[in-house]
Amino acid sequence: MATVLQRAPSIGGFSRVVRRSYRVLADVPTIPLLILGVLAFLAVFAPVLAPHSKLTPVTPTAEQCQAKFSMASCPYVDNVPPFWMPGGTLDTPLGTDFLGRDVLSRLMYGARISLVVALTGTLFAGAIGTLLGVLAGYMGKWWDQIIMRVTDAWLTLPSLVFAILLSSVRGPGLWNVVVILALVFWSRYSRAVRGEVLSLRERDFVKLAEINGIGKPTIIFRHLIPNVMNTVMVLFSLQVGVAVIIEASLSFLGVGVPPPEPSWGLMMAQERESLMDGRWWLPVFPGIGITMLVLSANMLGDWLRVRLDPQLRNR
Amino acid sequence: MKKYVLVRAFYSLITLWLLVTVVFAMVRLTGDPVAMKAEAGADPAYVAQLKHDWGLDQPLHRQYLSFIGNLLRGNFGHSFEKSLPVRDIYFERLPNSLKLGFAAFMISIVLGVPFGMLSALKVNSWWDRGGKLLALFGLSMPGFFVGLVLMIVFGIVLGWLPVLGKGRSALVAADPSTWMTFWFRDWSYLIMPAFALGWYFSGAMLRITRSGMLDVLGSDYIKLVRLKGVPERMVVAKHAFKNSMIPVLTFAGLNLLIMVNVAVVIEVIFNWPGVGQLLYDGLSNRDFPMVQGVVLMQGVMIVILNFTIDVLYGYVDPRIRLSR
Repeated sequence: MATVLQRAPSIGGFSRVVRRSYRVLADVPTIPLLILGVLAFLAVFAPVLAPHSKLTPVTPTAEQCQAKFSMASCPYVDNVPPFWMPGGTLDTPLGTDFLGRDVLSRLMYGARISLVVALTGTLFAGAIGTLLGVLAGYMGKWWDQIIMRVTDAWLTLPSLVFAILLSSVRGPGLWNVVVILALVFWSRYSRAVRGEVLSLRERDFVKLAEINGIGKPTIIFRHLIPNVMNTVMVLFSLQVGVAVIIEASLSFLGVGVPPPEPSWGLMMAQERESLMDGRWWLPVFPGIGITMLVLSANMLGDWLRVRLDPQLRNR
Repeated sequence: MKKYVLVRAFYSLITLWLLVTVVFAMVRLTGDPVAMKAEAGADPAYVAQLKHDWGLDQPLHRQYLSFIGNLLRGNFGHSFEKSLPVRDIYFERLPNSLKLGFAAFMISIVLGVPFGMLSALKVNSWWDRGGKLLALFGLSMPGFFVGLVLMIVFGIVLGWLPVLGKGRSALVAADPSTWMTFWFRDWSYLIMPAFALGWYFSGAMLRITRSGMLDVLGSDYIKLVRLKGVPERMVVAKHAFKNSMIPVLTFAGLNLLIMVNVAVVIEVIFNWPGVGQLLYDGLSNRDFPMVQGVVLMQGVMIVILNFTIDVLYGYVDPRIRLSR
């Protein structure tokens, strides 16, 4: 005992902090974080990093025009293969699409669209759902009845079908997709948050706050919402992946992000014909992008869930 | 039991009414049904005519009442493009969707359940890790990407399976003479879309099987069975397996219907003439009544299925029907 007490100061504050944060960081899933980091980096700095424009065709070289059209010059060369195939160049590493635009640049901007749409959509959904869930759980009575019955009805329709219905009246558009995601997914949060609040409101700190005459809005915002944040974070991280897939599906069906913009889902839809012509890589690249993004978001979400909710370990 | 069924029926009716109201309200609050047919800058007279035809120029409460009244009479709207009631078109296409759904469902069970059991029996082993990875990929790879990859590999490179369409596998007209043979015909067309669709659900199935099995294995009666000296193989096969299947089967029943509904993208890729493709056709033909009608039909079917599951549950498990 005495030796421990003597040795304790000599360890020093700094190394202890290092050791403790190492223990927390040691089981952080590095691969998904890395993938997400790279994708986010590409998305944020796409205007700087992208070798070509996302909307206008790449200016072809004279040899390319000669090879493709037997002409000295041409406005663009479509369907240039990736660099490792015959006819590909390093100027357009992943080739060009059916309008002669650089696939790599479009993929980078596509990451931007996927991340922005999925994150903001999920964020709005989380905000609406959390607020309604806390209201239902804390206010009880008919607040609870109304909000939860509506939530149940909302959860009945599969999210993709609901999203398609809403997008048919809103029309295509990037921010329309965000609105649709928020409107479709809030019910997931309100359901989980309400359950949490039902047990929180019986706890001493809430009871004491009530006895002290603290108003309901303050209790909700100062005492309840911070305490449900763990649940919300876990749900958020798990919903982001779903949101990416819904955005891609809507764009694939032509009611998501409208055509000139390079949404991954849209790129896959536009290149379906290419598949039949043997240019398999054109729809596969955006597909790999979607899979990587969703996979790493889901892995992070699973990790968070285990980390923040010990009851769920081994599930 | 009678009281329980009545209460569940009442709740289902409320859910149905709310669902219909949500659809009615969201369609009018978030957008304009006419906007789909008449783009910006269309002739105002044409827009007014459309609004009049659809009753959108009437006050909201009148619209709502006639909307509900139509639904009560089983009128789910009238498609523009085909000038037929949406309900008729829907039921004509439903068998195709069900066929695809059943096949996908079988695939998700065959993939999900055994691996889920293995994962649960050997927690933290390589089996478990492999299972987790499979589930993760299942939930992360969008079905339409899986579909495209399958098309490339088996359809184009290897040429083993037909790439598109239904062959004679699908029922196009509701011809009663083909009803029996329809289910067993031309499976080669079905394999790829069914796998692409079932893939996603196999991940979910694996997770549910695993956690259900873990719950059961940790329970007291399994401990008792083990204490009695029953060999481990029998414990798993006879006692644990059956009980762990309860949540799996409920989930599976619901899954089947969800599959029928979310197959839109898969059906579009493989050109499969199910209800999902109706939705897509509605979107691309700017046929709003069709889109809304199909969505409502699907909502109604899901509420009915939920009710059936609840009743079956109450029938099987007295604890459930007495607790409410």
